[in-house]
Amino acid sequence: MFRFAGLWRPRRFHAPIAKIDLGLWYRYYRAIPATIGPRAPPMNQHAPSLALEIRGLAKRFNQPAVDGLDLSVRAGEFYTLLGPNGAGKTTTLRMVMGLLRPDRGSITVFGIDALTDAVEAKHLTAWLSDEPMIYDKLTPMEYLEFVAGLWSVESNTAAARARELIEWLGLETQAHDRCEGLSRGMRQKVALAGALLHEPRLIILDEPFTGLDAGSTRLVRSVLRERVRAGCSVIMTTHILEVAERMADRIGVMVAGRLLAEGSLDDLRRQAGAGHANLEDTFLALLETGAAERTVAA
Amino acid sequence: MNRAGTIVWFAHHEGRLAWRDWLSLMSGRRRSRCRVALGVIAIALVLHGFAYLVLHRYEDLSRPPDQRMLVVVTGMFALYGSLMLSQAMERVTRAFYGRGDLDLILSSPVAAWRLFAVRIGAIAVTTAVMSLALAASFINVLSWFGGLGWLAAYGVISAAAMVAVAVAVTFTAVLFRTIGPKLTRLCAQIVAAVIGASFAIGVQFGAILSYGTPSRVVLLQSEALTRYAPDSRSILWWPARAILGDLLALAVVFSISAATLAATICIFAPRLAQFALATGGVAQRSTRQGRRARPFRGTSPTRALRRKEWTLLQRDPWLTSQTLMQLLYLLPPAFLLWRGFYDGSASSALLVPILIIAAGQLAGSLAWLAISGEDAPDLIASAPVTNVCVVRAKTEAVMGVIAIIFGPFILALAVVAPISAFITVLGVASAAASATSIQFWFRTQAKRSHFRRRQNSSLVATFAEALSSFSWAGAGALAPANTWLAVIQGLLAFAIVAGAWFISPARSTARSSGGPQQDRTKRGDIFQAG
Repeated sequence: MFRFAGLWRPRRFHAPIAKIDLGLWYRYYRAIPATIGPRAPPMNQHAPSLALEIRGLAKRFNQPAVDGLDLSVRAGEFYTLLGPNGAGKTTTLRMVMGLLRPDRGSITVFGIDALTDAVEAKHLTAWLSDEPMIYDKLTPMEYLEFVAGLWSVESNTAAARARELIEWLGLETQAHDRCEGLSRGMRQKVALAGALLHEPRLIILDEPFTGLDAGSTRLVRSVLRERVRAGCSVIMTTHILEVAERMADRIGVMVAGRLLAEGSLDDLRRQAGAGHANLEDTFLALLETGAAERTVAA
Repeated sequence: MNRAGTIVWFAHHEGRLAWRDWLSLMSGRRRSRCRVALGVIAIALVLHGFAYLVLHRYEDLSRPPDQRMLVVVTGMFALYGSLMLSQAMERVTRAFYGRGDLDLILSSPVAAWRLFAVRIGAIAVTTAVMSLALAASFINVLSWFGGLGWLAAYGVISAAAMVAVAVAVTFTAVLFRTIGPKLTRLCAQIVAAVIGASFAIGVQFGAILSYGTPSRVVLLQSEALTRYAPDSRSILWWPARAILGDLLALAVVFSISAATLAATICIFAPRLAQFALATGGVAQRSTRQGRRARPFRGTSPTRALRRKEWTLLQRDPWLTSQTLMQLLYLLPPAFLLWRGFYDGSASSALLVPILIIAAGQLAGSLAWLAISGEDAPDLIASAPVTNVCVVRAKTEAVMGVIAIIFGPFILALAVVAPISAFITVLGVASAAASATSIQFWFRTQAKRSHFRRRQNSSLVATFAEALSSFSWAGAGALAPANTWLAVIQGLLAFAIVAGAWFISPARSTARSSGGPQQDRTKRGDIFQAG
């Protein structure tokens, strides 16, 4: 239960204060007024300042997909990873989540080495891909029960949390229908509910808005913003530059497995060199610059 | 270049896809075409050797056909024909329900009936080719022993494939009309499995009742059946006469079959586009599981995984039917066991290998569903669960089903023959564990709906699974008689499993990474550092 309430942390994050009076913390937590969507867990004061640290990450398929990538995401930061198709964004995130093994490099999630201590790191993370990872023959509620089992969330807490998420995502009428009959957008919502059920501290999203209608997109944006405000970290890839422009604290632009540029929108504008009004112009200008540099280097 | 949208153009398109599909199936990712050819030759040699072992004891296969030979040939042809009909029904259903490129073609301005005409023809060709591939070794050996006349069997089997497809298309169309698209798939699949098994099982029942043995050949060669069979001039024997080299009978059988298929195509091809459209809406309908919310059950990751596997299996009637239809073949042994209670015969010893083989095959299918047929591999891989925990949960899920299904048989056997029951327990556990392990080592991520094609993902795994089951069954059969031979046979089974591990992708991955990890493709792999 306390893990669900955000008071439990894996061994390296056990805050002494949480051990002293868990009940007080839990009551305090319950007293936080709900804003939009489910509440985010209160953050540990002693948590490392970096949510994710990647050093020298490399992965090669037929050609290098990720090529010596260095990337840092701060705790409580909304970081958006942009890049053309085949830039290595998804490969990078899949390596962070332990879905792909890197050829070399290191990945640290809140100070935990995600390559040697993957299970511990996964307690803190959630993964949502563009393809909803759900089972056709289970209902949304059964799916959430299964996810709660995988993350060892206490059953009563998980049930309450699942009801809350289902309601919040507008899936009440489909809660007991098998997922095979749901539309793609609804399936994506179910997967999102699964990702948020265990109160992750680092949410990794790969094209999360694929298949969502305008209202749902706004809903998801709102909850992600709330999560970040409460101290969670979010890393997201998207091709919808407007979303990145509105939401991201920092933006990384990946090309050919490397980080071409990084920073806030203003930083990127400066790096792009000319007076570009929006992210789309800036992004395209950066890509052109990068392509020209690679041609010269070749 | 043929004009687009014509039947020839569609046939060229389908043929190209089928050829590439077959080539990728045979060649996998790494094997060269030369190795594929060598593999095909090796398999052909093994099949011919097997056919020789089966047929060499039958004398005088070249003599003029008498009543007894006609009965045996017709019986065997009917057995094979029922399997062909079963396969044809399965393929026809898949052609309607598998969307594939149907949406593209149905949304284009070409006449869809041409595509379906080609697809029905393609199913007939596929059924004939697959049936001939299995029967060719027997036909060749028969023609070697009994003269070239036996080669006419190639034509008869091709004719049977045409009739089987015509019947399958007609039956499926009738089902569409009567029970609708939602139930047709399930119903057709079950009927296909029952047809495939019923004739073989029926003959076995007859043999058990008459002669106390499950051997089908004994019944077909019996004097009683020969005596009561129709006169040798009856048209019932025409397919048998054609097989035995009567060219007139062959021409008649082939012509009637071809005409039947052509008529079926003409009648049903224009209607199939509507059926295909109707199947498209089936997936859109949702099934309600219960109106009231129930509390979540407290659970561990292992229990959650196990329960999920059982729920998915239970909720998919098509998969359940496909998996459990193998159990139809357990009915004759069960009947034999039941008879054993009354007459006190020693037939229970026959059951041991049958149960072991069935357990191995069923465990292989279930393990494929649980391991390779995982619909959300990324979810499992991104969860804080060790690889050991996942493997244990999935193995327990498989073994649980095996225990539920085979438990009653073993308990009943324990009453009749306790030692045989004990040997069966060991054999069933070994065969199931071997099949599950092989599935783990050769896992290839696939959709659960591709269950029927699971053998295609790795021929090595399929053969290893079957060979290990047969070897464990051999050990189980030998155990009551001679312990040392059984031990040797058991060691052979163990060696097969060890050999499968030695050449498995899991071993090479573990060696290259120093751990039980998988890392094959960009999207489809699972990496777990547990």
